[in-house]
Amino acid sequence: MEITLTLNGKKRTASVSPDTMLFDFLRNHGCYSVKCGCETSACGLCTVLLDGKPVLSCSVLAVRADGHTVTTLEGLQEEASEFVGFIADQGAEQCGFCNPGFVMNTIALLREHPDPTDDEIRAYLAGNLCRCSGYEGQTRGIRAYLNAKKEGLL
Amino acid sequence: MNRELKSVGKGVRKKDAMQLLLGKPAYVDDVTPSDCLVVKVLRSPHAHALIREIKTDVAEKVPGIAEIFTYKDVPQKRFTMAGQTYPEPSPYDRLILDQRVRFVGDAVAIVAGEDERAVDKALRLIKVQYDVLPAVLDFHEALDNEILVHPEENWKALCDVGADNKRNLCAQGMESDGDVDAVIEDCDITFTRTFHTKACHQAMMETFRTYTEIDPYGRLHVVSSTQIVFHARRILAHALDIPKSKIHVEKPRIGGGFGAKQTLIAEIYPAFVTWTTGRPAKMIYSRKECQTSGSPRHEMEVTVRIGANRDGTIRALDVHTLSNTGAFGEHGPTTVGLSGHKSIPLYTGELEAFRFAYDVVYTNVESAGAYRGYGATQGIFAVESVVNELADMLGMDPVDIRMKNMVREGQIMPAYYNEPASACALDKCMLRCAERFGWAEKYPVRRMPDGKIRAAGVAMAMQGSGISGVDVGSAAVKLNDDGFYVLRIGAADMGTGCDTILAQMTAECMDCSVDDVTVFGADSDASPYDSGSYASSTTYVTGRAVEKACLELKEKICAVAAEMLGCAASDLVFHGREVEKADGSASVSLADIATKSMCGNNIALEATSSHSSPISPPPFMAGMAEIELDPETGAVEVLNYTAVVDCGTAINPNLARIQTEGGLVQAIGMTLTENIRYDDRGHLTENSFLQYKLPTRLETGRLNVEFASSYEQSGPFGAKSIGEIVINTPAPALAHAIHRATGHWYRELPILPETIALDLARDAENGAAE
Ligand code: FES
Ligand code: FES
Repeated sequence: MEITLTLNGKKRTASVSPDTMLFDFLRNHGCYSVKCGCETSACGLCTVLLDGKPVLSCSVLAVRADGHTVTTLEGLQEEASEFVGFIADQGAEQCGFCNPGFVMNTIALLREHPDPTDDEIRAYLAGNLCRCSGYEGQTRGIRAYLNAKKEGLL
Repeated sequence: MNRELKSVGKGVRKKDAMQLLLGKPAYVDDVTPSDCLVVKVLRSPHAHALIREIKTDVAEKVPGIAEIFTYKDVPQKRFTMAGQTYPEPSPYDRLILDQRVRFVGDAVAIVAGEDERAVDKALRLIKVQYDVLPAVLDFHEALDNEILVHPEENWKALCDVGADNKRNLCAQGMESDGDVDAVIEDCDITFTRTFHTKACHQAMMETFRTYTEIDPYGRLHVVSSTQIVFHARRILAHALDIPKSKIHVEKPRIGGGFGAKQTLIAEIYPAFVTWTTGRPAKMIYSRKECQTSGSPRHEMEVTVRIGANRDGTIRALDVHTLSNTGAFGEHGPTTVGLSGHKSIPLYTGELEAFRFAYDVVYTNVESAGAYRGYGATQGIFAVESVVNELADMLGMDPVDIRMKNMVREGQIMPAYYNEPASACALDKCMLRCAERFGWAEKYPVRRMPDGKIRAAGVAMAMQGSGISGVDVGSAAVKLNDDGFYVLRIGAADMGTGCDTILAQMTAECMDCSVDDVTVFGADSDASPYDSGSYASSTTYVTGRAVEKACLELKEKICAVAAEMLGCAASDLVFHGREVEKADGSASVSLADIATKSMCGNNIALEATSSHSSPISPPPFMAGMAEIELDPETGAVEVLNYTAVVDCGTAINPNLARIQTEGGLVQAIGMTLTENIRYDDRGHLTENSFLQYKLPTRLETGRLNVEFASSYEQSGPFGAKSIGEIVINTPAPALAHAIHRATGHWYRELPILPETIALDLARDAENGAAE
């Protein structure tokens, strides 16, 4: 089947089979930031934005993206750069394999709730597993970013 | 060290942090071609069977299938996949493919094809007829069972670990100090308890994966997510039965390891395909394969007999461990040792005698491997739980009983190879932990207005820093144009940040900034030899190699400077960015020395050093948990976990803290949610993340981590280790808190809400009946 979508701002037309997952489509189109950790919609590593909303690309068919807009971390480098340094300052990136999904969902969080509490951060990101960091460093990093923003340091 | 430290002890950013956070290509599947053969393995549906007939002819006809291999096609020399120093303690009990399959998930055939679709189709079309055999599924019944997991004659153990394949025995041993029976006889109080921990999974987010190709020299080039590039080279050479010189192994970024990637899980299959066909190949494990055919923690049953006096003096510990290595012996003989060696010595203080005995058995379940803590986690759960129970019996505060009995700095630990607690701040860890946690207020059980119960528990732990007299760490440091350094290592950064902390040490030694140090590794051709990243060795062992290499390089730099300044090298002082005459009369910049080294120079400005340590100084820690337990549902919520760690000098306090937090959360999962169950045919129920419940960020509680550091003289800048110890306290501390809340001691992990709820319901019934 032929599908046309906007991927990271560019129109793409491609032929896919009906059972191709969006995850495979994206990696085949050079979006290497998108990672797979589970194949069962349980880890959040494959999170991308479909029309601006976070979805798990491992459980979305590529054909579902036909006529829609898909954004991966490759397309949001600037928006991510604004806060990921604060995660790095905690050392919470660790192995990094969960980072793209976590960063994408954090972008979605901050767009939706620009000033979340720590508990709201945890609740929103609950579907993003991380086996290395113990999560708290990620929360501290986001908090430090929000504080810096409030203090007008950014 | 009288100079103030500039790089060591600073929370500098990990060198790869921004690239990883921005999702740049970095891991095996990002940096290797996708235009290669896809490799998958057909897995056994039976726990124990012999392949009577295997037909691949139909499967081979699937368009796009390149090759299908069965047991008839592979070398017949047995090997081990355990990444350990040669000669490996793990028995040689593997073939790439075997006619006998030994667990559900064991490899039956290798399929290589142009794309995944073709390979999947071919996997379905391979016809196998099995002679299904009775299986050993319960590890209590393994020893001397008439069903043998490894009856084969060419099974062999290279080391004397007490193994005997005709008894299903992978290892056996006993050691002791003093007359444990006599001391216990003389004690006021003695009791015996048995604990059971299961084969938990590391569950690193990046599953096992390997890419292989033939390089322009005709060698096998392996790009793999591995913690052990050098062991990998040797193991592949054994498996494929080819010379080691024909193999080159490198690792890109690794998406977590935790010990899982200290065993060659994925490498062998694509390597065999590439070596046989000459074509590039890649194998990526699914999560299900990771769960069913990975290398989880050894299931253990640890029995502890304790002898103490009424005043709380712990006089004797008698520990027996039964360990389940599963179908193959990887890390079987070694993990078990830690269940005693890292638990009993915690009570060196007043201990008069100990005994530690163990049996490691083969069964027809998934083969176990290395997982952070490596046996210490299981042993510490048992011994620490027994000490908590002892305190409860004696009506003593469990912090006090530990302060009374714990190992102190300077003591020799008979249960730890008679090594000294050369640097030990365990006492400070415990006191500080109690203070920070608020032990006095939180230890008493509190019933909340909504009926929930709050309670607290405590535990302490130790680990090692490398394997004494075995592990080798190496570092090569080179001066380059403009005076920047390249540090080459064979240790593998699996996300823990070892590249960065070793660069910090280099910067400290060479008196430059961390940004002036580039790190390269790990690569079996280019890196200096390193055992690899495991056994909590990198900071302590490889760190010392960095120090040594830097010392040597400074001398060489001074030698070149001496030629430039026309004086003796002994007249010169190294100042980092320049080398100066001691009398201050002349100097030359490092950049100029670097330039000089590339023109008419005979002194290589590069130094390589290796280090091995006769001792393995233990890090220590104390941990305290506060929980809220719902007696209606049995649900346990972790409210707060406080940990104070003595890892010696924390080279990078940020990374040390994250290591601690990550380890605590993994252990909370092991204690409360991560279950492993087999059905009566040997099928694992928890084969995906839907059933195998990792903690999310809603289940960790608030983590408070602090350091109470000692200074280890033999370590780099006083450092010991941090990577593994951090997983050891939550199980006993949480079990303790749950006992406080319910009156029940739980001695099997995980402690599930349904178990607690049923016990409490039964209590209520009994209470009502009385
Ligand atoms: S890969 Fe785990 S949720 Fe998509
Ligand atoms: S950083 Fe490794 S899984 Fe999150």
